[in-house]
Amino acid sequence: MNYADLFRVTLPETALELAALVVLVVDLGFLRKAALKVRVAVAALLGVAGCCVSLWAMQGQWQGPLRLEGSRDVLLATGGNAAIAQIGILVLTGLTLLLLIDSTFTQNSGEYVSVVLMAASGGMLIAAAQDLLVIFVGLELLSLGLYILTAFAKQSGKSAEAALKYYLFGGMSAAFLLFGFSYLYGLSGSTYLPRVVYGVDMAAAHGGAPLLAIALVMIAAGLGFKVAAVPFHLWAPDTYEGAPAPAAAFIASVSKVASFALLISISYTALNYIRSLMQESPVTGGHSYNTAAAFSVSGPEHVALTLSLFGGWTSILIVLAVASMIFGNLAALAQIGVRRLVAYSAVAHAGYILLGLAFFFWGNHSAQAVLYYILTYGLTTIGAFGVVDVVQRATGSDRFDAFLGLHKRNPVLAAVLLVLFLSLAGIPPLVGFWAKFNLFAAVLGVSAGPVPFALVALAVALSAVSLYYYLQVLKRAYVMPGVDETPIKVHPVTMAVLVLIAAAVVVLGCFPALLQGWIAGFYPVL
Amino acid sequence: MLAWTIYISFAGAALLALMPKGRNDLSRWLALAVAVAGLALAVAGFAAGMGHARQVIVDLPWVPSMGIHFLLAADGISRVLVLLTGLAAVAGVLFSWNVELRTNEFFAFFLALIGGVYGVFLSFDLFLLFVFYEIAIVPKYFLIAIWGSTRREYAAMKLAIYSFAGSAMVLIGLLAAYATAGSHSTGLVELGHAGLPASFQMWAFPLVFVGFGILAGLWPFHTWAPTGHVAAPTAASMLLAGVVMKLGAYGCLRVAIGLFPHGLDPWGFSLAGIGSWRDVFAILAVVGIVYGALVALAQTDFKFVIGYSSVSHMGFVLLGLMTLNQIGLTGAVMQMFSHGVIAGLLFAIVGRIVYDRTHTRRFAELEAMHLSKRLPFAAWAFVIAGMASMGLPGFSGFVAELQVLVGAWIAKPWWTAAAGVGIVVGVAYTWRALQKAFFGDVLPSAHVLEQEHGHKFAAITWPEVTGVALLGGVSLAVGLYPRILLDAIEPAVKTLLAGGGR
Repeated sequence: MNYADLFRVTLPETALELAALVVLVVDLGFLRKAALKVRVAVAALLGVAGCCVSLWAMQGQWQGPLRLEGSRDVLLATGGNAAIAQIGILVLTGLTLLLLIDSTFTQNSGEYVSVVLMAASGGMLIAAAQDLLVIFVGLELLSLGLYILTAFAKQSGKSAEAALKYYLFGGMSAAFLLFGFSYLYGLSGSTYLPRVVYGVDMAAAHGGAPLLAIALVMIAAGLGFKVAAVPFHLWAPDTYEGAPAPAAAFIASVSKVASFALLISISYTALNYIRSLMQESPVTGGHSYNTAAAFSVSGPEHVALTLSLFGGWTSILIVLAVASMIFGNLAALAQIGVRRLVAYSAVAHAGYILLGLAFFFWGNHSAQAVLYYILTYGLTTIGAFGVVDVVQRATGSDRFDAFLGLHKRNPVLAAVLLVLFLSLAGIPPLVGFWAKFNLFAAVLGVSAGPVPFALVALAVALSAVSLYYYLQVLKRAYVMPGVDETPIKVHPVTMAVLVLIAAAVVVLGCFPALLQGWIAGFYPVL
Repeated sequence: MLAWTIYISFAGAALLALMPKGRNDLSRWLALAVAVAGLALAVAGFAAGMGHARQVIVDLPWVPSMGIHFLLAADGISRVLVLLTGLAAVAGVLFSWNVELRTNEFFAFFLALIGGVYGVFLSFDLFLLFVFYEIAIVPKYFLIAIWGSTRREYAAMKLAIYSFAGSAMVLIGLLAAYATAGSHSTGLVELGHAGLPASFQMWAFPLVFVGFGILAGLWPFHTWAPTGHVAAPTAASMLLAGVVMKLGAYGCLRVAIGLFPHGLDPWGFSLAGIGSWRDVFAILAVVGIVYGALVALAQTDFKFVIGYSSVSHMGFVLLGLMTLNQIGLTGAVMQMFSHGVIAGLLFAIVGRIVYDRTHTRRFAELEAMHLSKRLPFAAWAFVIAGMASMGLPGFSGFVAELQVLVGAWIAKPWWTAAAGVGIVVGVAYTWRALQKAFFGDVLPSAHVLEQEHGHKFAAITWPEVTGVALLGGVSLAVGLYPRILLDAIEPAVKTLLAGGGR
């Protein structure tokens, strides 16, 4: 490994880490006596500045990925999926930091911002990682940050409880993941993803299939925890409810983007390996290299075995997706608190995305659709948490009844909530609808067979269910008479961020080609 | 030109949403101005389009990577329904003149709904059509939930969930058609020429037909309609019955029949005389006609009578669609227009003119109020509207239902026979409602007369007179000179039947 290369490729992460240190120095060194408001504002703005510098530093990556010295193995990918996810992480992190400016849950704003920045750099590493060890290190860097952030409201018992639950579940899932990785390494003798896939395939052909099955299940458990897929979602409602709102927004958006980017890399690698097999074997005709065609191939035994292995991974993802969609949507119906509602709806959304990953195309369509979904979802969720936070601080609760008469208490806030929740429910012309349409079209584009079709039908039907619970909140905000009609004051920065997010949801929804074109621009033209 | 109906409606909605509170009069006049401008555009577009086939109005690439176009176009069917929407919008604003609660928001939601409806009727890209179709869901919910009456939150949620479930079915069909056609276009014309396999059409057709049919009041998925109509504020029930149910019927015609014509082919076997989806839906339509009429006959709430009569009348539209012949389909489109006007008028009389003064809709209480004496305008307006609704010659309903029945006779005579029962019952329930609500024969005692004298109903206002004259006049005009619409509808139907691959 060449250190100049290392520096060049990790410059964005380095910028974030440096910003984290600067924030600490400024906050602890110069602003000890300053008012809390000033300290929070300075820390948040420095954090946002760090994100901007990091964004600027990303242009150094264009010269190619980070490789091991004297080998073709890539440690960190650049461009394509990784770049989109990294930019998404930086933008979303900046937005969650801006939501901090108005909050009062902590005296230690400097520490909060620096932990956020370090966790974000962990997320950026994951998004680019092509090596099992880098993946694991990135995941731990992200996760440890998240546990701390969850516990940051020190006066709140709920925050501590949520953090402990999150930590215990997280520790266990990290152990599962590491266990799975160790099997993969044992089977393949490599930590570089494409080599792992290749080596695992060879080993499976020589009797290693049962071990591989265990490894895949373990990895699915570990990653299922990160994306809050059923049955590994148990931490999500408590964490979303107990964590301070900016932290919850960070967990719901940035951490999700990073984890799904990782899943994309895995699916991408596996499918490209299958493609290379298919291109070598003469059995496939035509150009329709997709899993559907692949499954129907009655080629050499080896290809068939590989496909069955990949089919195993696909079926794990399908099980997680279906369970998440059904359970997330149904559980959300029974909620009376908005944060838990958002948590269960997040589970449901994770289910839709997993469906997109289960039926993955080795061109760029599926990756683009999944990234489109997760980025817009992250954006919308940050806005939702922002609104919930404002209401919660004004009323002391995030129960549905806290939203009564919101349209009178603050019409703009109510309008933002309307836009964001309708977008989450998938009503056109808001961006959430395009994300869903794009994703489901990508699934059916891979294969229009009965199984994917039935799954898409299930997903669409369940998103009809989701409208019910989103409307429950909007009903409080718009329809039912309020008890208390004193206006709710919102900090101008928070309001600006929320309005900006709502405007983005509307504009991106009305002109879906904007974001789609931007994402497509990161891929080489085929 | 017609595209501006959409733009000005949404612009008006946005403007009204931003309007400061307390400027109620300004809100009303602004809404009326927008609605009248929309109607004027619709009339101008209708007149200009006379004798033309399908004209493309706007065609811009919207999502190039998926072949989605912002494609607005109009043929005869679209122009007629846009005209109907314009009428319903103006009448709706006129009959909501007395809304005092959150007036600007009311008209904002109202115009947003109208904009969505215009959009559906003018879209010739399946995707765009679906987007507009869904845009119409949310305003409906808020209109009913905030300004409604009887069990409004329940009714609003029921309507929203039914609509969303229906549109989920449509979305599944849309995604499947897009994936199956592989044409990388969602234009209705392109998809129609994509040569979708017959086996695919066979299951996509019922899915999409039922999806749209839910909103058209297809029995047994009609149950949102009576509760929704009754709970909705007057203008919203006028729109629901007047144009929103037509969205469903239009979707059935344009998308389900237009894109998946082979879904109507015989299955190749028959169960109890039912040998195709066509038979299934025709029977459901006939059941809807008769069932709606019979249930309307048994109601004790004035508005429920009109609500169920809508289910019955929409049954004629669906039956007309299933005849699959020129005259039946023409009749179906005519019936869409005619029912839109007449149901709007009926709801206006019941909900605005009568209920806002008497504060009851129960026949038992209305009977004792001698409305024919105290509200003669309402009584005579209802006599006219009732005659139109019964399908008396001279009104638009007659032309429409006659054509549907003739079409059904050509297809299968017993459909006509069964639907005829619905017409007879239709006369009965209209007559009964008229009798009970206005011409109750309980003799007033002197005491009651004195009481009534002391408590006069508010005078009929100019918006009400204008609205009744507008809707009644249109129904009469179309009834007396149906060619004005038929000339537009017939060529469009012919193209649809021919282009559908039949």
